[in-house]
Amino acid sequence: MRRMYTTELSKNVKPIETAEEPELVAAFEARVAADEFIEPKDWMPDAYRKTLVRQISQHAHSEIVGMLPEGNWITRAPSLRRKAILLAKVQDEGGHGLYLYCAAETLGTSREEMVEALHSGKAKYSTIFNYPTLTWADIGAIGWLVDGAAIMNQVPLQRTSYGPYARAMVRVCKEESFHQRQGYEIMIALANGTPEQKRMAQDALNRWWWPSLMMFGPPDDNSPNTERSMRWRIKRETNDELRQKFVDITVPQADFLNLSVPDPEVKWNEAKGGYDFGEVDWEEFYAVVRGEGPVAKERMKARRDAWDNGAWVRDAAAAYEEKRRAKQAA
Amino acid sequence: MATRSKIDADLVKRGRTDPVAPEAIPAMQDYCQRLGDDALILGQRLSEWCGHAPALEVDLSLANLALDLIGQGTNFLGLAGDADKLAFHRDVLDWKNCWLVEQPNGDFAQTIARQLLFSTWQHMLYERLAASSDERIAAIAAKGVKEVAYHRELAADWTIRLGDGTEESARRMAEGLDWCWRFVPELFEVDEVLEGLIADGIAVDPRLFEGEYRSVIAAVLAEAKLAVPADQRAILGGRRGHHSEHLGHLLAVMQFLPRTYPDAQW
Repeated sequence: MRRMYTTELSKNVKPIETAEEPELVAAFEARVAADEFIEPKDWMPDAYRKTLVRQISQHAHSEIVGMLPEGNWITRAPSLRRKAILLAKVQDEGGHGLYLYCAAETLGTSREEMVEALHSGKAKYSTIFNYPTLTWADIGAIGWLVDGAAIMNQVPLQRTSYGPYARAMVRVCKEESFHQRQGYEIMIALANGTPEQKRMAQDALNRWWWPSLMMFGPPDDNSPNTERSMRWRIKRETNDELRQKFVDITVPQADFLNLSVPDPEVKWNEAKGGYDFGEVDWEEFYAVVRGEGPVAKERMKARRDAWDNGAWVRDAAAAYEEKRRAKQAA
Repeated sequence: MATRSKIDADLVKRGRTDPVAPEAIPAMQDYCQRLGDDALILGQRLSEWCGHAPALEVDLSLANLALDLIGQGTNFLGLAGDADKLAFHRDVLDWKNCWLVEQPNGDFAQTIARQLLFSTWQHMLYERLAASSDERIAAIAAKGVKEVAYHRELAADWTIRLGDGTEESARRMAEGLDWCWRFVPELFEVDEVLEGLIADGIAVDPRLFEGEYRSVIAAVLAEAKLAVPADQRAILGGRRGHHSEHLGHLLAVMQFLPRTYPDAQW
């Protein structure tokens, strides 16, 4: 499903290594340039591997942490149909997390290591999930905006250069568009509903709009990894290109709902064939990346609690498996 | 009590052969609500795990169970009337589910104990209910029996894994069973409502499979190296709207939006 990893923060990635054999690097880059898939057993530059592990695991973590804000409303969904759809959607997110962890494992990092990196705060996940879901309209807004932004980010990744990642993204993208539709459908019901429902819908748009724009990551002139990631086809469009695309698609959808995007600078620009829009509050973005989002502590606590409270279950399963194997061997 | 076959027979005499809507027959409506409420309340409980389970794979399995149960609940409540109205606008006294399904999740072992005891029963019930003389009930049960077979397997597998895992998991599993065991007799209770429907071949008499149920549970517990808990005085009342304290809190959460905004469509 959704969820992106574009937090793309680390500024300390070294330039292309020089220690590796130049012929290998050249052959690798030629394959990538020819749009061939790189597979787990193929030779790859160390920085390519590291960047991918970081990106795929961030993406997987985003799926898993992303279950929490929506999960917050499963028990309170307002009809049986909405409840079943939301539960199925959040379950899909868990499934996407699973495919992505598996894809990252092909690069030689175990799931335990990745989970530990998340819980220690070393690994990042999408900033968007550090905002609270206050009303039912937030479930609509997340499907519409957050999944919408995720789709923008993810569709190009179906052609990303690393085979297992690209294939995981094909499965993810198939389910993602259904998620976005269900979100927009919730928004339609609310926007055509009672005054209280309209108020919820507008308030949700007000709160989720800017964080959604932040999902595409920092502006291109401050995105140190973009150039190399584009060359290696780990990434296929820049943050700003994707953000513009998102605004161009989403503003008319808000108009259709009779809701207003909380940005007075949004205006159609005939010359560029797209909307102009205001500047994202990058200070807020970097603060949330640092772990200072409004409910960041709650999200991390929920993940750590689930993991810690489940330790005895995982231990029991391992102990049972061990006994069973011993019995078979005997 | 006016049962369905009697009403149908009257209608046939008068030249009408369409089946009667269950809501026209209090006992049928009651039975569909019992079946629907059991499934929906347990589905609601299981959905509380979503995002918080001991492992990602377990999270996905529990969500599958919850989705199946919410689906069964929706179908049976749809037979009893307007499913959403029944789910979101009834207070405790009008809920007909058994005590077992409304029990809190507790730890994972308690959730598994509840699931083992309920799914094993539900599977035996649905197998037989698939031959109900009411085709609509039979159809829902026939679809559900395949789903519930998986629930029962999953719960039995985990019971064995936890019972025969570590010392801690065995202790927790025994505690989970101990928590839930007092609610087993209610599953086999037959009251006036059921008696009439059993006579008409609409409902299943659960007493017919109580012996089989107890031996299946005993076999799972034996493989899990767990003792069968001692029987105690039956706790009854759910089918007549008398529940534990837990149900009111579950409903307060589940129903809050439709209750707060009764005129809204979602």
